This record gives sequence, C-alpha cells and structure tokens, in this order.
Amino acid sequence: MKEQLEKIKSQAFEALEQAKASADLEELRVRLLGKKGELTAVLKMMGKLSPEDRPVMGQLANSVRAAIEEKLETRKAELAAAALEAKLAAEALDVTVPGTSRPLGHKHPMYIALDEAKEIFIGMGFQILEGPEVELAEYNFTKLNTEEGHPARDWSDTFYIKEDSSILLRTQTSPMQIRAMEAIKHPPIRILAPGRVYRKDEVDATHSPMFHQIEGLVIDKGITMADLKGTLETLVKSLYGEDSVVRFRPHHFPFTEPSCEVDVQCFKCHGAGCPTCKGEGWIELLGAGMVHPKVLEGCGIDPRVYSGFAFGIGLERMAMRRFQISDLRLIFENDVRFLRQF
Amino acid sequence: MNISRKWLKEFVDIQASDREYDEIMTVAGQKVETTTRLDAELQYVKVGRVLSMVRHPNSDHMWICQVDVGQGAPVQIVTGAQNVREGDLVPAALHDSHLAGGVHITAGKLRGEDSNGMLCSIQELGLTRNDFPEAAEDGIWILNGEDCAVGQDVNEVIGNDDSIVEFEITNNRPDCYSLIGLARETAAAFNVPLKLHEPVVRGGGPGSLPELLDVETPDPDLCLRYTARMVRNVKIAPSPKWMRQRLRAAGIRPINNIVDITNYVMVEYGQPMHAFDYRYVKGGKIIVRRAGSDRELTTLDGNLRKLSPDMLVIADETRPVGLAGVMGGENSEIVADTADVVFESANFDGTSIRKTALALGMRTEASAKFEKNIDPMLTLPAVNRACELVELLGAGQVLDGVIDVLNYIPEPVSLPLEPERINALLGTNIPEADMIEYLRREQIPVADGMIQVPSWRPDLRRMADIAEEVARFYGYNEIPTTLMRGATTRGGYSAAQKLENKAGAAARAMGYSEIITYSFVSPAGMDLIRAAKDDPRRNQIKLLNPLGEDSSVMRTTALPSMLEILARNYAYHNKAARLYELAKIYLPTEGQELPREPKLLMLGAYGPEEDFFSLKGAVEGILSQLNVQPCRFEAVTDDPSWHPGRCAALWVGGKKLGLLGQVHPLAARNYGMDCAVYAAELNFTELMTVLAPEKTFKALPRFPASSRDLSVLCAETVTVGALEACITQAAGDLLKEIQLFDVYRGVGILPGKKSVAFSLLFRAEDRTLTDADIEPAMERVLKALEEQLGAVRR
Repeated sequence: MKEQLEKIKSQAFEALEQAKASADLEELRVRLLGKKGELTAVLKMMGKLSPEDRPVMGQLANSVRAAIEEKLETRKAELAAAALEAKLAAEALDVTVPGTSRPLGHKHPMYIALDEAKEIFIGMGFQILEGPEVELAEYNFTKLNTEEGHPARDWSDTFYIKEDSSILLRTQTSPMQIRAMEAIKHPPIRILAPGRVYRKDEVDATHSPMFHQIEGLVIDKGITMADLKGTLETLVKSLYGEDSVVRFRPHHFPFTEPSCEVDVQCFKCHGAGCPTCKGEGWIELLGAGMVHPKVLEGCGIDPRVYSGFAFGIGLERMAMRRFQISDLRLIFENDVRFLRQF
Repeated sequence: MNISRKWLKEFVDIQASDREYDEIMTVAGQKVETTTRLDAELQYVKVGRVLSMVRHPNSDHMWICQVDVGQGAPVQIVTGAQNVREGDLVPAALHDSHLAGGVHITAGKLRGEDSNGMLCSIQELGLTRNDFPEAAEDGIWILNGEDCAVGQDVNEVIGNDDSIVEFEITNNRPDCYSLIGLARETAAAFNVPLKLHEPVVRGGGPGSLPELLDVETPDPDLCLRYTARMVRNVKIAPSPKWMRQRLRAAGIRPINNIVDITNYVMVEYGQPMHAFDYRYVKGGKIIVRRAGSDRELTTLDGNLRKLSPDMLVIADETRPVGLAGVMGGENSEIVADTADVVFESANFDGTSIRKTALALGMRTEASAKFEKNIDPMLTLPAVNRACELVELLGAGQVLDGVIDVLNYIPEPVSLPLEPERINALLGTNIPEADMIEYLRREQIPVADGMIQVPSWRPDLRRMADIAEEVARFYGYNEIPTTLMRGATTRGGYSAAQKLENKAGAAARAMGYSEIITYSFVSPAGMDLIRAAKDDPRRNQIKLLNPLGEDSSVMRTTALPSMLEILARNYAYHNKAARLYELAKIYLPTEGQELPREPKLLMLGAYGPEEDFFSLKGAVEGILSQLNVQPCRFEAVTDDPSWHPGRCAALWVGGKKLGLLGQVHPLAARNYGMDCAVYAAELNFTELMTVLAPEKTFKALPRFPASSRDLSVLCAETVTVGALEACITQAAGDLLKEIQLFDVYRGVGILPGKKSVAFSLLFRAEDRTLTDADIEPAMERVLKALEEQLGAVRR
C-alpha cells in the first residue's frame, strides 16, 4: 500500500508537471483527489489494514494528498501567469502609430500675446478696461491735446462717421485714458485697455486699416518718469527675457510730456546691426510718456497734486515678433493651417 | 529731413563717425532713420590724364588711350567718345569698378584691343548737367576745370565724400526742419560750440524799393508775416560748384543761381522762399489773398491747378502768380533773361497750407515746412541771407531796404525754472546748475530763475516741456528705474472679461479655433446672407471715407465675416474648419451719439465631422461652462439666412439670444461653398445677464436610482423637445434624469410616425425606490403623453 501511495504521488507530480492548461489541472484534480479518484480508492482499502499500520498509512496518505494539493496550487499559479503573459504578448501594439486625435481649438496668436501682456500688468495691479471703437473726436483727439488742424485728424488718415468730423473710428486706444480718468475720477488709477483701432492704411505686409493697441495708464501722487521706466522695463523683460537690453529715447506725442519711445536691443545681432533690426541694432517696441498736464486738467485732475504715465503698444508687432510671423496679412487671413500652429 | 555731414561742419565742428553721430543724436531726441554714404555707389573711379590717343585699328570711331591714373604705368583704355583730347583730365573707371545704377566694369578686349576700364560721362557717374553744367552733353566728362589731380577718387571731385543723415523730425520741433536747427541740436548733444553767421547785405542797388514794390495782405489770418527784398540787374547763370554740391547732397536739383539761392537758404534756415520775376508782377504789387473767384493757376511744374476759394494765393493786381507756401506760378517764373527779382520770405498759416497741398495732391518741400508752423521770426534773416548770397555770387544788385508786413504780435515767452518740480516728475536729483547748463547748450538762456524761450521753440510752454529738455540732455537712460509706490490697486479682469475668457476656453475645448475679422464690412454682405430688404440689421453705420466699398460699413452681424473666413479656408482646400470669434457689432442707437457695441459669440464650421447636432453640442457645452440659466431651442423655419429645417433659436429666460444651425445652402453658395456650413451667432453680452446662480455643492445621492426605458410611438411632427417637456412635467420630483437614446423610423413604423426612446432615471433622496413608487409616475407619464401629444407606448 505504501508503494501504491508513493506511485500515485510520483505519477501525479509527473502528470501535473505536464499539464498545459488550467482545465487539465481540474481534470487531474478530479482524477487524483475526487471521490472516485485514485487516492480515495487507496484510502478505501485502509479498513483492511492492521490497527497498528492504519495510523502510519493514514499519515502517509494524508501527506501524499497534501503534497499533491500543494503541487496542484503551484501549477495553477504557474499556468495562470503563463496564460496572462501570453495574453499580454498577444495584445502588444505598435506604439509608434499616432494617437487618436481629440482636436482642441487654438487661441489666435495675437490674443496669446495679448494675454501674456495682460497677465504681467494684472500682476502689477492694473485693471483691464474696454471702451468704444466708434468714438468721439473729443476723446480721440481734443482731450488728448491734439487740436483742430493736427495732421492726424485729416480725413486721409482717419475714418470718419460724421460729416463734421465729430465721430470717428478711434485711431488709438489713448481715448481710454480720458474715459478711465472720467470714470474713476479719484486716483490711484492703473488701467490697461487693449482693443481695436483704425487708420486709413491700405493692407500690406506691415499695415492694416484695423489693428490692435494696448493702452496703459497710471495716475497717482508722486508717479515719476523713473516709475515709467521701471514698469516698462518689467514688461520688456517679462516678454523678452531678463537679459533684454532696453533703451529709452526722447520722442513726441501730443498727450505726454516728456515723451519717449522704448527700444529693445536686437535679439539677433545684439546691437551690431542686421536685417532684422534694419541695421539699427535696436527694435522699436512702444511709445510712452508722462501724462501731459493739459490732459490731466481736462479730466479734472490737478497736475500739481497728481502725475502719471501712459504707454501704447502695437499688439500686432508684438505678436509678430513673439511668434516670428513675417506678414501681417496672415493675422487677419485666419487660415486654419496658420491657426493650428499656436 | 536730410542733412549733409559736410555742410553741417560749417556750423558745428564734430569728428564723430557716422555710427557714433547717429547713436548720440538718437538718444538725445533727434532720431536718425538712416545714414547713407554718397560715395557708396561709385567705386574705383579715378581722375586720369590722357597721355596719348591712337586710332583703333579695327574701328572707325574708337580710340586707344594711354591714361595716367597715378598708379605708375599708364593704363590702356579704349573709348568711343570723340570729345577727348590728349592731356585732358577724365574720370576713368578702372578694372573691377562700380558705376551708377550698379554697373560693374571689368577689363576686357574691345575689337581685339585690351581695355582695362572705361572713360565716363556724367550720366555714368549718376549726375546730370544740372549738377555740372560745364560737362559735355554727349561724351566724356572733361575734368580740366574741376580743380582735381591725377589719381584722385572721382567721388571727391563730385563732392560724394559725404554722408547724408536722415532724421525723423517730430511734429513739435519745426525748427529741426533746417540745417541750423539740427546743428543747434548737434551742438547741444555733443556739448560743442554752435557757429552761427549773421547775414550782411551791402545793398545799394539802383532804385527805391517802396516805389517799385508794394505788398498787401488782406487775409492776415492766413499770412502771419510777409518779408520781401528786391534784386536788380540779375545775371542768371549756374551757381558755383560748392553750392551745387551742397544742394545735390540735400537732395535738391540745382537749377540756376537765383533759384539755387532760395533753396540753399531753405535748407539752412528752414524758411521756404520764392523768387518772382518782377516783370510779371503787374503794377508792382503783391497781394496775398484767398483765391476767391480766381479758379485756376498753372504752377511752376507746368500743371494747371484748380483753385478753391479758400486757398491762399500770391497775386499781382490782376491775377494769381503763385500758390502761397506751396509752389510758384509759371507766369512769374525765373527764366534766362530775368533781370529783376523779388525774393519772398513769408510765414503762412500751417493748416491752410497743408489743406491746400492735400487738396491739390502736391505736397512740396515748402508746404511740408509751412504745415509745421515754422518760426515767423525766420523770414527776415532768411531773406537777408539770400541777398547776401546774391552779392557773394555776383548775381545781381540788391536794393536797400526790406518790405516786412507783420500781422502778428511776437510775444516773448518766459517760464520759471522749477528744479524741484522737474526732479519730482522725472524721479531724479539733478542740480539746478546742470539744468541751466543743458538749456544753455540749446541756446535757451536762463536768467534769475526765468527761462527766456526762443521764438523757434513753440513747444516749450510749461514745466513738463522743460523737464523733457532736462531729461534729454541728462540722458533718458540715466534716469533711475524704480517701481511705483503709493496706494496699491486691485488689478484683474472684470466679471465680463472672465466670462469671455471662459467662453473662449470652452469653444477651444470643443475644437473651435479663434479668428479675428474686420469690424468694417461690405454692405453687400447682407445680401449674401440673404437678409430681407427690411432687415433692421441693414441699418449700418457708414464710414464717410472708407478705403473701399468692401470695408465701408460697421457690421451689425458677424455671420458674413465668419462665412468669408470659412469660404477662404474652403477655397484653400482645408478639409475642415471649426472657428469662433468673440466679435463686436455696432448698433446705431436712437437718441445716443455713439452706437452700442455688444459682443457676439460667433461659431462656424464645415467638414466631414459636422452636422447640426455637433454644432448644437458645442453651443450647449459653452452655455454650460458659462453657467447660463436653463435654455431651450426652438425651430426657426423662416429666416432666409438659415436652412428652414435646420435652424434653432436659443431662448434663455424669456429672451431670444441667438440662432444656430445650417447656413442656408444658397447663402453658403453666395460665398462659394458647396458643402454644408454650420454656424451659431449668440448674443454674448446678453448671455451674461442670464447666468444661473453660482454653483454650490449638492450632496451625492445616498440611495440607488432605478431606471426605466420608455419607447413611444408618435407623429413625425411631435418634437423630442415636446416629448421631453411632457415627460418631465408628468413624472414629478422623483425623475432625476431623462435621456434620449433612439429615434427610429422605418420597418414596423407607419409612414408619418416615429418611435422615440428615452431612458428615465428615478431616485429619492431618503429611500430606495420600489416599483410601487415608480409605477404611478410612469402611468402619469403615459397618460400625459397620450393626451397631450398623441404618443403611445410602443
């Protein structure tokens, strides 16, 4: 009987070892350990043994059973692992096939550039303001110290809505200075007013009859030209990098005094002169200045108490430089192949 | 304004290189646009002496010349010109030289004989006989009389050893439209002395000026000052070489001594001048008046000009003889036999001159200067300078005396120098003495704390103006860089701007890309979108001076703009496009000066993925992101811009806030698109007034939900919206969600009918629902559907 048990065990181990699938294991389990299985059949013969042999054989039979069961579990785990491995192998993909597209829309590059500028100024406490594009000449010119007869008022330069030249399409975002001062009345004022402006220019690679400006205005006690420089230098360095070299140079605008233009040293040639900067070594970025005392007075703000600065940035030029867009017409063409790039 | 560095030297002695000069002037406030070397074009052209000439053996007209160009052995050059003699000095373009117009000369053979260059005419050197009247009309330029030496660079002979600096002059500085003005700026920027010259006129010409000439200015508002002198026994001739060279450098064509003098003085002083032939000033009387009933004048350039009554003219007793401040008349032009000349040096109203020049399309050097409102004090020194030059050139006899009609009262301006306020404005700490020094360099005297503003600086009227002068010469880049102090302000976006940002982000998440279109459009766009003749949107604001018809009105709808862009993409063979714009429209508003400018959210799309429901899904997604109140969509069947069966109006809170759907195929075709085009035009400004209350957290359900599918059969005309509304209303509070999952027509369904299937989700907040809870609700739903919509369970 002992031999029989040993034989069952060794045959069972061999069979289990050769099983190829979990179904085979189940079949073996029934054949070996089931009610009608080989081991059960042997155990049924236990009654014929002497009382002395019975516990010994019983112990042996149980250990054989335990060994087979353990082996069965081991093989089950092994086969499951192998099956999973095979399944995963079969599921392998060509990961270089492009992903399923979930097309998102794109923000227009001009507004990407605008949002960057807005964020910089919001961080400095500026409010974003908007205003009318069909504007009174009073706001676009007169209150900005641009008197009757000034060339900017010519019908060859400005689009007019009324015969008496009193209503026009604003030629600059600067009327927002007046609107801000009239609306807020009591400084401090820190506003940024981006928007569309219109001038009578034919469309070409650098001109468009409609374009965008960003106007900035700060009014408070003790605002200085040094503050203007600090603010604009922050802008330029945020937009073009900490190592940008900024230059302020005198200029003239009717509604600021002193006035300046701000240049940044050419990124390509670092001042040596190249085609990008037309040989000048500098690229013009924006115009600015201290708000003209006449403008303050016209808005009921006492220039002996308050001072301020204003600046205007051409958004198209800023965006074109930011994204190296070569032709202004691309901005307004809205070709999806262009828009998708941003 | 272009100036010659060589001519500038007469007033300021500086040695700076072109680049240094440009940089220093620009930073001091006179921006240099470009600097051009005059000798950049002609290269390696030398003065040569023709040592010998022999006939070319293979030509009946060519000569073989041996030319000494100062390089040791003579150079052999073949020429076809016949005006050269042995011993002549000539311009010789040597091997590898460059001539005007980019012509490149190299050594070669001419009919078998070596020619190591070319002898040049003035034309080949970029000149005309105006520049060098003695040069041969046809043939080589003989330099014998030009005071030059063998081997000298021909650029020096021409006067090309010079740089022309182009300044961008700002409107507030009319004084800088002159060489003297820019010399003054140069002297201040470099802190070197300014050498000014006071004209001295000997006079003594025959006759008495008051007897010969009378000036009247009946329109004093347009003629601030009129100064005149006379020259008799004039000998018209070319002006001397130095004067011609300077004029040429300034970009002015030399003509004759008298005309050249007026131009020379204009460059120096910035004062435009005019010379009349006295013979043609009838009655010896100059009347500066509005044209009035005179309708025509032929100007110096030979063009007949139509005058309008308000234009200022210079007239004699009988007729206009010049267009004041713009151009003289042909009828009083200086000609070869002119004997007596009147020099006019006047000051006219800038705006009037500008309008005249603009109206006639003839902006001249003179009008460009007058329109800047130049200093009326200039007329006298300028006319004296002209007379001085006449005497210097021996061009005639200057009469004693000056006619000077003054129609304005010059008022000296003085301002206090306020160093504290200037420093407070600039954020600097500049000593008063330094400020006084900067002003002194600019020829602006300060005495006892008062600034004496010169007549040529009308821009200096207040402290801020003086602050700019101080800043310019202290250096803008020396001013410290500080960050604003003072009260802090809360920056950021307004509520409306935040919503715009949200709407844009939502649109992009739906696959729509942002576009920017023009605010002005063609009025024909309303026809292209098939708008009715009485559509109120046809009431558009018109530009009175548009660039063209297609940008002549302010848009009242953004649909044409969107269709134009979609059509452009379609024409470019882009397979699909999904675009959006937050676009302003401009609505004339009764009783208001300015129009209202509300914003639209415009969507547009075409392509294989598009249908009505993909568009509607995008709109719904955006509305949900914006947290707009519950909305409903209603079919619109009669809007000519839209497909009658595929257009919906968006209704929120009792307001119609937009249209969406398929663009009418005829409208799409009007834009050249043969595919289905979808668009939505939502009134964004109004949408912001119908927002739902801000979202707050609602507890997650604690009890399970039960779902029931419901399939009903109804007439084709019954809308899903109506079925949904009916079910929602009848089911009661327990119904939490209703979702359409199928609409079926076809086999098993009678024509004119459809089967619509919904999935209903029931749930209570306080218990698990049983059939006993749900069945009554379902029965109410079925009853209501049948009674209200004739829909029965399938």
